[in-house]
Amino acid sequence: MNFYDLLIAPFAQFGFMNRALAGAMILSLSAGPVGVFLTLRRMSLTGDAMAHAILPGAAAGFLVSGLAILPMTLGGFAAGLVVAVLSGLVSRFTIQREDSSLAAFYLISLALGVMLVSLKGSNVDLMHVLFGTVLALNNDALIMIGAIVTISLVTLAVLWRPLVAECLDPSFLRSVSRAGHPVHLLFLALVVINLVGGFQALGTLLAVGLMMLPASAARFWVRSLEALCALAVLIAMASSYVGLLISYHLSIASGPAIILVAGAVYFVSMLFGRRGVVTSNLRPVRHRVA
Amino acid sequence: MTLKLLLAALIGTTLALPAHAADIKAVASFSILGDIVARVGGDRVDLTTIVGPNADTHVYEPKPADAQALSQADVFFVNGLGFEGWLDRLVEATGFGGPVVVASEGVATHEMAEEEHAEGEHDQGHDHGETDPHAWQSLKNGLVYVKNVAAGLCKADPDGCATYEANAKTYSDEIAALDAKVIAAIDTVPAAQRKVITTHDAFGYFGEEYGVQFLAPEGISTDSEASAADVGRLIEQIRSEGVKALFIENMSDGRLVEQISRETGVTIGGELYADALSEPGQGAASYLEMFEHNIALLVPAMTGK
Repeated sequence: MNFYDLLIAPFAQFGFMNRALAGAMILSLSAGPVGVFLTLRRMSLTGDAMAHAILPGAAAGFLVSGLAILPMTLGGFAAGLVVAVLSGLVSRFTIQREDSSLAAFYLISLALGVMLVSLKGSNVDLMHVLFGTVLALNNDALIMIGAIVTISLVTLAVLWRPLVAECLDPSFLRSVSRAGHPVHLLFLALVVINLVGGFQALGTLLAVGLMMLPASAARFWVRSLEALCALAVLIAMASSYVGLLISYHLSIASGPAIILVAGAVYFVSMLFGRRGVVTSNLRPVRHRVA
Repeated sequence: MTLKLLLAALIGTTLALPAHAADIKAVASFSILGDIVARVGGDRVDLTTIVGPNADTHVYEPKPADAQALSQADVFFVNGLGFEGWLDRLVEATGFGGPVVVASEGVATHEMAEEEHAEGEHDQGHDHGETDPHAWQSLKNGLVYVKNVAAGLCKADPDGCATYEANAKTYSDEIAALDAKVIAAIDTVPAAQRKVITTHDAFGYFGEEYGVQFLAPEGISTDSEASAADVGRLIEQIRSEGVKALFIENMSDGRLVEQISRETGVTIGGELYADALSEPGQGAASYLEMFEHNIALLVPAMTGK
């Protein structure tokens, strides 16, 4: 099998491979920076929590208009936003920290969702219907991802400085500006739309994985924030490409394949990255000498 | 005054009760089996179905109401063959001591169709290489189901045996007639065109019995995720063999089949009912109606309309 057959042919031959690659790569553009900020804010498990938290919104959409994708997605957005914003507010104005407030709210939300679903009587697995797969991206899903990424990147560009200040030195920000709270809430909203859009288009595993794994891996290579974001995006894109190829040549489910490639990158980074375990211990510790 | 009213109401209800009481309470695991039990049992059976229309039995999780219905039932009808993964746990949890009638008893089973994987890849998807449970998709197996259901009802309620046998006979005749109709309908399709793509591998018995080849990106259960290789292979096959019939099923996500349809240019032929009946009025509310609905869609699609 030559170079072309191995690396290019699957994408040239099949439209669905193209779309899968396009969808994953486009989402990587915004998942990278958002993931970096989440890891910096110690909110790395938000993705998984959010996957459960959107259930009551989807259930409400289901109760109102049956198994239609759009109402369920919009309901999911709404529920996710409510949970994210509420947990953000609680962590700011009470003694509670962000991780436990998020945990509390997503659990309440999940229970509410399960109850709503059982009210209707039929036992449809809503999440099964709502969460897509990377191999089945239709035009609506691609347009939605495109819109989400555009909004995310523009928002990040506009909010960059207050967001960074808020993450890294909140008391300083509070002393010079009142932008702290709104910026944080806006950031949470960004997280929610990236996640929910990702779930709907690509499935939970892929959406959360593309966000968290590249960002975590990038930490072992670079230090500056801009470099972190750029590297996270690159790792996410590369993982999508290689993962899809593996899924094609070795007949493995595509979502897991992409995430496992990202996981392998993470593992290698952790061990052999510039700031990784092995490399740090190999380099002799430099003392200042007089 | 109110006391007299209350007394009158109480007497009234107790007088009314015997007229409406069924002779036995039965629980069926899913809608298709429920329909068969209802046809054979008739008015003598008070039936509760656990997995209703348009719902997925493969991934169903029983609710307290189901456990309650089962604990009060006289007989429990199940498909068997691994279709209801939650079965054993439910029976154990409710402490149900009555008879569990396996409707597929005595049916000639086959294994899930082996896809062309490399050797040593047999742990893909938890139902790969196991018995295909969708036995009701062949009407000849349907006759076996009716026989087993009638026997089960007879055993649980010997007084009604004559009624059950009579109902079973009538129903079996209807099934046999439909079977002949299906065979005749498939005969109108040229042999080379008897190929169909659906969302998951639920039509194995149908394909085997009536000579139609069913292909699917998902495996035998709706729980498995497709790989890019599977989808690519399927698209290649559709293109090279000129498959014209592409269908979505009523309870799985149709987006993957839509993608395949977009890529190959084959239009989706409609919605097939595989593992569950439809709601009344949607066109596939009974076992026989389901078959008629599926045939009405399959045959024109295969012949290229």
